[in-house]
Amino acid sequence: MNPKVLELTKKSIKTELPKIQTGDTVKVTVRIKEGTKERNQNYEGTILKIKGGGVNKTFTVRKVFQGVGVERVFFLNSPKIEKITILRSGITRRAKLYYLRDRVGKATKLLEKLSSSKGSEGLPLEIIPEEGKLVEVI
Amino acid sequence: MSKPYRTRPEILGKKLGMTQVFNTDGEAIPVTVIELSENIVTAIKTPDKNGYAAIQIGANTKKESKLSKPKLGFLKKNSLPLLGYLKEFRAQDGELASYKVGEPVDLSKIIVENEKVDVSGKSIGKGFQGMVKLHNKHRGPKSHGSKSYRGPGSIGAHTTPGRVMPGKNMPARMGHEEITARNLKVVEFIKDKNLLLVKGAVPGAEGTLLTIRPSIKKWNGVAK
Repeated sequence: MNPKVLELTKKSIKTELPKIQTGDTVKVTVRIKEGTKERNQNYEGTILKIKGGGVNKTFTVRKVFQGVGVERVFFLNSPKIEKITILRSGITRRAKLYYLRDRVGKATKLLEKLSSSKGSEGLPLEIIPEEGKLVEVI
Repeated sequence: MSKPYRTRPEILGKKLGMTQVFNTDGEAIPVTVIELSENIVTAIKTPDKNGYAAIQIGANTKKESKLSKPKLGFLKKNSLPLLGYLKEFRAQDGELASYKVGEPVDLSKIIVENEKVDVSGKSIGKGFQGMVKLHNKHRGPKSHGSKSYRGPGSIGAHTTPGRVMPGKNMPARMGHEEITARNLKVVEFIKDKNLLLVKGAVPGAEGTLLTIRPSIKKWNGVAK
């Protein structure tokens, strides 16, 4: 890409973001405009993939809502994203977790990274976090 | 001068590439970044002298050794910078007074934020292409003993007329021709960096010389 174009996009690239990775369970706070009012909405799920680079970088968050899989793509540098909170980090062996689409229920759970026990929310590993899904620890 | 003609001011620029920007609502807009050239008026053609009214502008500064002798002579005679590319556009008789040789063109006429522009340039050359890619013909079947995969098929009837009709489309060279992308919205003009952002794609590869005009649809209503 032309350096002048890169320079142009630099101002819209966010610097203060948590380091997200595929397999992380995140809570994305999105600013939503309803008429004249603005409010924040949370969207929680697993990061399925991270794609692109620079100002074009996107990430896809997947969750199962009322038995239906929902995938939402966010621009990482979008001003609509208020903040991203990493709740848990899962162990992954690949960059794109498309295989999660074929899995149902408990099988969608990823093994949790041990280091993430010190993580933001401070959830102990043995306790079932939510939705009755068990996080296995070896 | 009896025939009325539509005149539009033109400026020249260079395509730098595509990216995206976020607008105030936080929506991502795909934009093409165009670096505007020098756009210096190099000559003014008047009806008295040349028989028509036009403005000649130049772009693309080059080394002296890279210019042809006739062009160099013309530029030096008028004490202009060493411009590699010169282009003319028609103007109304009354407009000529607002231009001066050796001075850059007033951009504010053409580039207004949220207004629309037409951008022309040479498209990327695709080489010699067949009927499927060039003329959007259908492909033949791949199986059942078929041998017509991507061929042109029949190109006409038999004894009558006994020849191929003129203008029959055939495999040919594709691309590398002047194409205009119309009604592109001006997203932003960065004056200090001389960069113009228009929404959407424009013809050509990165580095292509482009001509930027106010959109013909808008211009229809303003001037005749």
